Amino acid sequence: MNAQRPSAARVSSVAPTAAPPTQGAEVALCNLTLGHDRHPAVHHVEARLEPGSLTALVGPNGSGKSTLLRGIMGELRPMTGQVVLQGAARGRIAYLPQLSRIDRSFPLTVSELVASGLWHLTGIFGGLRADGRARLSEALAAVGMAGSEARSIAALSGGQMQRILFARVLLQDAPLILLDEPFAAIDERTTDDLLDLIDAWHAEGRTVVAVLHDLDMVRARFPNAMLLAREIVAHGPSGAVLSEANLARARARLAAAAQATPDVCEIGEAAPAPALRAVGGEGL
Amino acid sequence: MGALLHELFLQPFAEFGFMRRALVGVTAIALGSVPVGVFLMLRRMSLTGDAMAHAILPGAAVGFLVAGLSLPAMTIGGLVAGMMVAVAAGFVARSTLLLEDASLAAFYLISLALGVLIVSLRGSNVDLMHVLFGTVLALDNAALLLLASISTITLLALAFLYRAMVMECVDPAFLGSVSRSSAVAHYGFLLLAVLNLVGGFHALGTLMAVGMMILPAAAARFWATRLHTIIAVAIGIALASGYGGLLLSYHFDLPSGPAIILTTGLAYLASMVVGRVSSLRAHLFPPRHLAA
Repeated sequence: MNAQRPSAARVSSVAPTAAPPTQGAEVALCNLTLGHDRHPAVHHVEARLEPGSLTALVGPNGSGKSTLLRGIMGELRPMTGQVVLQGAARGRIAYLPQLSRIDRSFPLTVSELVASGLWHLTGIFGGLRADGRARLSEALAAVGMAGSEARSIAALSGGQMQRILFARVLLQDAPLILLDEPFAAIDERTTDDLLDLIDAWHAEGRTVVAVLHDLDMVRARFPNAMLLAREIVAHGPSGAVLSEANLARARARLAAAAQATPDVCEIGEAAPAPALRAVGGEGL
Repeated sequence: MGALLHELFLQPFAEFGFMRRALVGVTAIALGSVPVGVFLMLRRMSLTGDAMAHAILPGAAVGFLVAGLSLPAMTIGGLVAGMMVAVAAGFVARSTLLLEDASLAAFYLISLALGVLIVSLRGSNVDLMHVLFGTVLALDNAALLLLASISTITLLALAFLYRAMVMECVDPAFLGSVSRSSAVAHYGFLLLAVLNLVGGFHALGTLMAVGMMILPAAAARFWATRLHTIIAVAIGIALASGYGGLLLSYHFDLPSGPAIILTTGLAYLASMVVGRVSSLRAHLFPPRHLAA
């Protein structure tokens, strides 16, 4: 697991802006309900993420993980309740969307995409100064993509794309980092390198939340976990949260929620079938 | 030889003011419409552009019904109708995900029928032809001023919103997380598209205006791989096609709007066959050496 340590060392050495430990943001979710078009996807969530905490957001498909992340980021307006951020102004949250939400066929170079991580310095119109370019090169080196500035993003593999997106997060130098399924369809070597980066951010005191599916990875690398099934099933130290009993409860709650929606009730006694169908069909 | 070349390529413009005006008009349309078209294409909104272009027709037709062939009335009518459809299309795209292309097709069929009906209520077939196919050879000062203003506004707005528009295409969720410019970029872009379609409508007609947006952009994709080079190549193709189309229409006595769009279409087909980037030629005869 620790074979890739060198890259973590490189990361901390190339982040001069974070030399004094960054003050991580605190996230408070107060009676938060989020959803799309009046259909709530997560209900009445109450939770507090400590400054500097490293939390994995886990749960079955359709449990509202990505929705919750987008709610914290501010993309979705709460139906009830609120998200209270302390120490992270709007625009100073590093948000990594799911890879599928990014148009990788757009004619853009690696440096053009990664430089958007300096938006808080350049704004919509400002240019990239020499130190910005230097930081960009350093960030690419830190994710193992040194010298790829001029490559087209269309020519990158999924793993390389995720690496440069992590470089963008590095440049954002944000107190709160939100990662939506950063390791979906990414090979083991890349995953290990990027996990080391996350460790480095954690060590610097940033607050990090990542949506993940690999429970073994969560147990091994993430101190905290939040188990979601349209509401919080458990939140706390990973080992305790990811118990068999909690995971079974999460599945049962999601199945019950799916069965409660009117259009999947017509099958009658074949109880497992509608639940499975509905859960699979949610596809967050 | 020199005299022949002069007669073929320059004399029509030297001799006739309406040809010069047409060239100025086409140039203005190319400068404004083409960059908008490149973004439309890259956002996979070519069909939306088509729907907006058609939607302008009933709006302009209402203007025609009220005031005859009046530039301001038809412009305002077209703008209002185009914006309504642009917003409605966005709404439809969000709420009925699966039916987006069918909804857009429905929009523009209804708009076209309604527009033709309204124009026919008051005008003649000649008026209808004006509205459908434009009057690039009869652009007066007011029309030229309108076209030039629209392309000036477009270029200035694009210069200002460029970065936000690029991110809105590539990674809209990220843009939303770092900036509030997302909505401005989105609706500003739609407004620019409608403005340029209304401008193009006066010269090329409602059916052809969108051709000047989409065809040069699609052709340029076969030549360039960077966004700014795609835009530059597309503008070059549009200018050359505008000039070539006007010459063709002059020498062979063809209707000019269709001649211009057909020339652009030929440029597109030729680019598809022999272009540098993923063209037919590149597929059939892959370069043996490493292309830089």
